[in-house]
Amino acid sequence: MSEKKLAATRDAYGKALAQLGKENPNVVVLDADLSASTKTAEFGKLFPDRFFNMGVAEQDMIGTAAGLAACGKIAFASTFAVFGSGRAWDQVRVSVAYTRANVKIVVTHAGIVTGEDGASHQANEDIAIMRVIPNMTVIVPSDSVETEKVIREAAKFHGPMYIRLSRPKTPIINDENYTFKIGKGHILRAGKDLTIFACGIMVAIALDAAEELAKKGIEAQVVNLSTIKPLDKQLIVDCASKTGAVVTVEEHSILGGLGGAVAEVLVENCVVPMVRVGLKDVFGESGKPDELLVKYGLTAEAIEKAARAVLKRKK
Amino acid sequence: MSGDEIKKLQEKAAALRKHVIQMTCAASSGHPGGSLSAADIVTVLYFHTLRHNPKDPGWTDRDRFVMSKGHAAPVLYSALAEAGYFPAKYLKTLRQIGSSLQGHIDMLSLPGIEMSTGSLGQGLSAANGMAMAGRLDKKDYRVYCLMGDGECQEGQIWEAAMTSSHRKLDNLTAIVDHNKYQIDGKVEDVKNLNPFEDKWKAFGWHVIRCDGHSIKALIDAIDNAKKTKGKPTVIIADTIKGKGVSFMEAAPLSFHGSPPTPEQEKQALCELCKIEDIKP
Repeated sequence: MSEKKLAATRDAYGKALAQLGKENPNVVVLDADLSASTKTAEFGKLFPDRFFNMGVAEQDMIGTAAGLAACGKIAFASTFAVFGSGRAWDQVRVSVAYTRANVKIVVTHAGIVTGEDGASHQANEDIAIMRVIPNMTVIVPSDSVETEKVIREAAKFHGPMYIRLSRPKTPIINDENYTFKIGKGHILRAGKDLTIFACGIMVAIALDAAEELAKKGIEAQVVNLSTIKPLDKQLIVDCASKTGAVVTVEEHSILGGLGGAVAEVLVENCVVPMVRVGLKDVFGESGKPDELLVKYGLTAEAIEKAARAVLKRKK
Repeated sequence: MSGDEIKKLQEKAAALRKHVIQMTCAASSGHPGGSLSAADIVTVLYFHTLRHNPKDPGWTDRDRFVMSKGHAAPVLYSALAEAGYFPAKYLKTLRQIGSSLQGHIDMLSLPGIEMSTGSLGQGLSAANGMAMAGRLDKKDYRVYCLMGDGECQEGQIWEAAMTSSHRKLDNLTAIVDHNKYQIDGKVEDVKNLNPFEDKWKAFGWHVIRCDGHSIKALIDAIDNAKKTKGKPTVIIADTIKGKGVSFMEAAPLSFHGSPPTPEQEKQALCELCKIEDIKP
């Protein structure tokens, strides 16, 4: 494993939000009784008039955010990923997305690295159920540096957005000069043999896998597809046609998430052998994040294995 | 309020009812029953209470009205047309492909609509958000939210009801069109809401109960709500599903989500003209 600095994307969110609060009086924040965990509490302390703790009532929180947005506010609504996506899905669909409300649903504790809380609290389906909603933009930042930039862009962008963050500290892989653009993938490592498309905390792990593959003579290109929707189709097709083989890596179900989205693009534009790395249509369980990543096949070794498998099918 | 003014509002309500019948018949679908029960409430709001300007739907100081029972779209569209937001001739495009008059309310397709609804239970939360934004911006606009009684079986209504009272949103008035029926039967048989007033009181609301077909009673209730400080007000308006059309009042369940036949349409329009003593 690499010796990178660690930071939690949710911490970066809290800091970015506090800064936005200073710069823009139209920014309001809602939380559903998880402000200490989602890191919106800092904003609440600084701007109590613009912070609304909605209690354990996610559906009401999302609807209220839509009402605030209808009156010109930039509403950030936060809770855990399971609740912000699943519990309030119909409110997100009708009150937020159908109305193109300027609501940013920023969720934390996504995926199995939520850890000890177990399966009920591990959102492994949220990317899938959010990206199918029209008008919705879906972003999964790869580290804390990107998260800060995503939050700033979110405040400038008018419309609904789902931003997926994680609980544990994860490696910082982007430098401060990185420019995040909604809808643009980012090539982090060039390679000719295959392309690994990854999002969220799996980007760092994909880079580790590419490093290991390189030692064995396999040159893997690594692309951070932090914007799941709108997807950077051109970049996906370019990379696939250039390298001729694709692996997708996400800390999410292999159904309907990044892997599904990339597969949709490839099957219509550039059919190449492809393997999806992710949760294989199962619920998670309690455990330490690192233990869970190993048990559920979300490691550099698993990505290497997937790369070898896809290369065997490459013509 | 003079007798003449009340009479004018009654005539307006009759006009809305006629539009509702004609629109749903032209569409061969839609929800006339719950539109007719809400007609007097919507009339009072648009032609007496609301501070609004059809020539400037985005006026930031306007009062906001959220029609949470989005299936009553026909009566809202009728009020907007009568108020001048768009020509009344568009009403007959209800539910047709390409029309701005969607089956359930779409705020992006028509001017003057504050929130898209249709999936029941969501409007009160949005209305709360608007009331909270008004307070934050130090605006004196008021927010009104009309809900169905069957709709109050949705859990989100009660999540939102807690928010309104917790935040002491006295710039918000909720109105329940209490017509006692939902699609599958009487509300009390499907899932009883009673004691309905006590529920709202227990949730921290100022509760007013009134005749939802009396223009004067509705205006008095809204005035009372405006004067109530420190808590939100809910007006439980007792109404009759299909109000104004005898055969619809007699068979409320047949006209929840189905329009009258062409023959019934004639009879309905005839009755509505007679009631208000207006020429067809």
